Amino acid sequence: MTPTRKRRLVMVTALVAGVGLATTLALRAFQENMLYFYSPTEFVELGVPAERTIRVGGLVADGSVRRAPGSMTIEFLVTDHAYTVPVSYTGVLPDLFREGQGVVARGRIGDNGVFVAENLMAKHDENYMPPEVAQALHAGKMRAIERAQQGFPAETESNNGAAVADDSGHAGSSYSGGY
Amino acid sequence: MVPELGQVALVLALILAVVQSVAPLWGSYTGNRVLMSLAKPAVTGQLVFAAVAFGALTYAFVTHDFSVAFVAGHSNSELPMFYRFGAVWGGHEGSLLLWILVLAIWSVLVAVFSRQMPERFVARVLGVLGVVAVGFLSFTLFTSNPFDRLIPAPVDGQDLNPILQDPALMFHPPLLYIGYVGFAVAFAFAIAALLEGRIDAAWARWTRPWTTAAWLFLTLGISLGSWWAYYELGWGGWWFWDPVENASFLPWLVGTALIHSLAVTEKRGLFKSWTLLLAISAFSLSLLGTFLVRSGILVSVHAFAADPSRGMYILAFMGIVVTVALALYAWRAPSMASDAGFKPLSRETFLLANNILLVIATLLILLGTLYPLFMDALNLGKISVGPPYFDLAFMIPMFPLMLLIGIGLHTMWRQTPSTPVWRKLRIPALAALVIGIPMPLFFYGTAGALTVLGSILAFWVMITAVIDLLPRVGPARLTRSHIGMCVAHFGLGVLILGVTFVSSYDLEVDRAGIPGQPVDLAGYEFTLLGTRGVQGPNFDAIEAEIEVSRDGEFVTTLYPQKRVYRVQRDPITQTAIGGGWRRELLVSMGEPLGDGAWSLRIQYKPLVRYIWLGTIFMALGGVIAISDRRYRLARRRETEPATTGSAPAAAGGQG
Amino acid sequence: MWRYLAAPALFIVLLGFFLVGLFRDPTLVPSPLINQPAPQFELPQLLDPERTLALSDLATGEPVLLNVWATWCVGCRQEHGMLVDISRSGEIPIFGLNWKDDRTAALRWLERLGDPYVAVAVDDDGRVAIDWGVYGSPETFLLDGQGIIRYKHIGPIDQAVWEREFRPRIAQLRQGDS
Repeated sequence: MTPTRKRRLVMVTALVAGVGLATTLALRAFQENMLYFYSPTEFVELGVPAERTIRVGGLVADGSVRRAPGSMTIEFLVTDHAYTVPVSYTGVLPDLFREGQGVVARGRIGDNGVFVAENLMAKHDENYMPPEVAQALHAGKMRAIERAQQGFPAETESNNGAAVADDSGHAGSSYSGGY
Repeated sequence: MVPELGQVALVLALILAVVQSVAPLWGSYTGNRVLMSLAKPAVTGQLVFAAVAFGALTYAFVTHDFSVAFVAGHSNSELPMFYRFGAVWGGHEGSLLLWILVLAIWSVLVAVFSRQMPERFVARVLGVLGVVAVGFLSFTLFTSNPFDRLIPAPVDGQDLNPILQDPALMFHPPLLYIGYVGFAVAFAFAIAALLEGRIDAAWARWTRPWTTAAWLFLTLGISLGSWWAYYELGWGGWWFWDPVENASFLPWLVGTALIHSLAVTEKRGLFKSWTLLLAISAFSLSLLGTFLVRSGILVSVHAFAADPSRGMYILAFMGIVVTVALALYAWRAPSMASDAGFKPLSRETFLLANNILLVIATLLILLGTLYPLFMDALNLGKISVGPPYFDLAFMIPMFPLMLLIGIGLHTMWRQTPSTPVWRKLRIPALAALVIGIPMPLFFYGTAGALTVLGSILAFWVMITAVIDLLPRVGPARLTRSHIGMCVAHFGLGVLILGVTFVSSYDLEVDRAGIPGQPVDLAGYEFTLLGTRGVQGPNFDAIEAEIEVSRDGEFVTTLYPQKRVYRVQRDPITQTAIGGGWRRELLVSMGEPLGDGAWSLRIQYKPLVRYIWLGTIFMALGGVIAISDRRYRLARRRETEPATTGSAPAAAGGQG
Repeated sequence: MWRYLAAPALFIVLLGFFLVGLFRDPTLVPSPLINQPAPQFELPQLLDPERTLALSDLATGEPVLLNVWATWCVGCRQEHGMLVDISRSGEIPIFGLNWKDDRTAALRWLERLGDPYVAVAVDDDGRVAIDWGVYGSPETFLLDGQGIIRYKHIGPIDQAVWEREFRPRIAQLRQGDS
């Protein structure tokens, strides 16, 4: 092998090794940073992994936002009309966060079945909501109708309190068995 | 009446665009000079009518003509005059009109500055630009007409989205579009070359200034958008890897690769088919960005109203244009491949590495941006890809790139340098280590491996760029394009410095701000003194007064606001920034907590300004490079048919 | 040669995904409420807050439209003239749901632009709209005589939409009844 060829071989090998290493690293980062979106129905019926960061989206249930006086932590319910998920968040709220509006929370499920959000995203536009939330609401509506036909009571805004206890219990059991 | 005038002007512009695309392309095949000569008058007329349409819409905004649906949706009688101009591109329909105007301006500039290029080539370039114009004009007229009327007219408008009422955002879209659309020129040059079946050094020299110009506007546009997000959205981040941001960043990355590969094509006649592919890709990614943003197909915090018929139209247009371009490429490019080799440590090698690394970065970011779409289309669940992926995926190719930039600048075309490049770069390397390692440790106490590496590379890039301008280190005769390159690379170093330090040492807390009780962050004490109501021209606000001190000494007073715009009623957080070259301090107001207390988000951002300063240097470098006499000289000399390869190196020296 | 085809091939695959992605747009997914009994409601009326409008008032044995509108919505203004024309022609009764709106503004709107509605229910807090799966305005529901939702249109109604989407469906419903 001539010195030029040898050098070229070394260069090509280095290049291939470098690209290979880079690809491996990138793919691993990719795996770790894939955030799955769950609607409240999926959250409750399918269960969610405890160790992973996920996103949950729906409407902030009317009358569900609670804050202890002077505290930076708020708790509220995210609903898709079929199920609700209790969420807690500590920090400054996004401008457009309010009851009855769409929200996407990123975080993990806590020990008590409450979803602990590290970040909230509220919709940016009055007329439309994030497609994911809109789809979640459609699906939730469908599920609610099915459930009503199966004889479950339709979940309305007025029995939220009861529904939370009910649903978080449900969530707890289904996800502990689910993964 | 005026809106109808605008409407008619748009239709006329469309007709002229059809002439501009069909006549010269047809003429270039049949050799019909009359048909080819129609291109220039058509493009000039198109600009006139596009300007009339744009002027008509602006007039409707300025005079509060709420009978125009787009004006009613994006303005209000209380909207200050300054924002009435900007509101023209504050929504979908008006943005498209801006697109069209910018494309017409670029096209006319090409027509004006192409007098010395071969007639048939110019006809083809203008023809391709005409095809693009037809696509966007018909898109606007058929799906997104900005002049649609509301009869009877509403009493008042809905107002411009308050987060868009900001000086930086007035200029962000025009700059961005000038960049996006500018890549259409490089695209048209590439398609014309493929139609000719020939590409040479003269072609590369014609294409270079246009590409650089588009690139520098895109650089400024992205930078301004990042600055706006930083202070207006109140989150304190300067880059979110949001799909809309990525949509503008992808063409920038490919455009950067294109600038470098064009240099090789000009100077050495190499990378020909690769350069063509990059030119096609840069514009294709601009179209892709338009599609992603305008169709609302990807979830984004910048939620634009989704409309499937619009998405369908852009998709069809993009599909036709890009597929035809790539098919033409696959057909013609193989015969243009350059087979001349080059030496391992020559400048060509380093520019090749630059291209490979930039393309890897593009592909990794494209993958992360589009992956949610793939998963959804295959029914595998709804996902989004988190910023940490993008951070890492971008860093992997960037670290080697930064290292190679410094070396590549000091290599020579064609040959392995006679004095080893290592000897020349010993001192800069040492300097980068000596400054880069202690700096984070000295100022901030601790430093991770990545921080130190980033710091060293930032100084390495800056130093190697600056010394190339020194006599006896750099080239014997400094051309403007060489100075421009050094300035742009220096700017890149400044940018990396900012990015490294702000990502490593920024701090953020969300705290309850109780009047009189200080909150500590990064050695600064933030004390809420009180709040009061204030009134703006079209909003009411609650303003907090926050005193910042350090070790008992007064630093500054900040006045963040929580605004409610009277028409749209949504609360908007106005972050207050305490500026400085060493750090910026940000305070934004959350919600009232009772007893005069407010939740506050307080942030400390070291060296964050250098990010935008760096991009200004990069754009400045672009301006200097374009002003190189070589491009103007070359135009005069290129009347005789271009010969391959030999002329360019000499061109700079003959002035 | 083949490597030159890689770029176009890759792009065409991408196009395929975009096409699929576009049609997964939630606004194109048929509403889950189609062919379901419409959600119950009882709300005060806009013209006379003392009186209420309920779902039972809509189930008249004849097909009706329920149009969700608000004065802050530009799309609603675009379609309003069309609604007035439809109501004048007497083709089908139109009921309104005034969504998250200001009462005075809504009254002024009807006075200025004409009132195509048999009656308008006021949904101040948007709760009923949520039950009906409304996530933007304007939206228009077509109900058959028994109060079952047969069709839902998102966005303004114009002549083309009316001819294409509503007329045939209304004719079909009427035929089915007889």
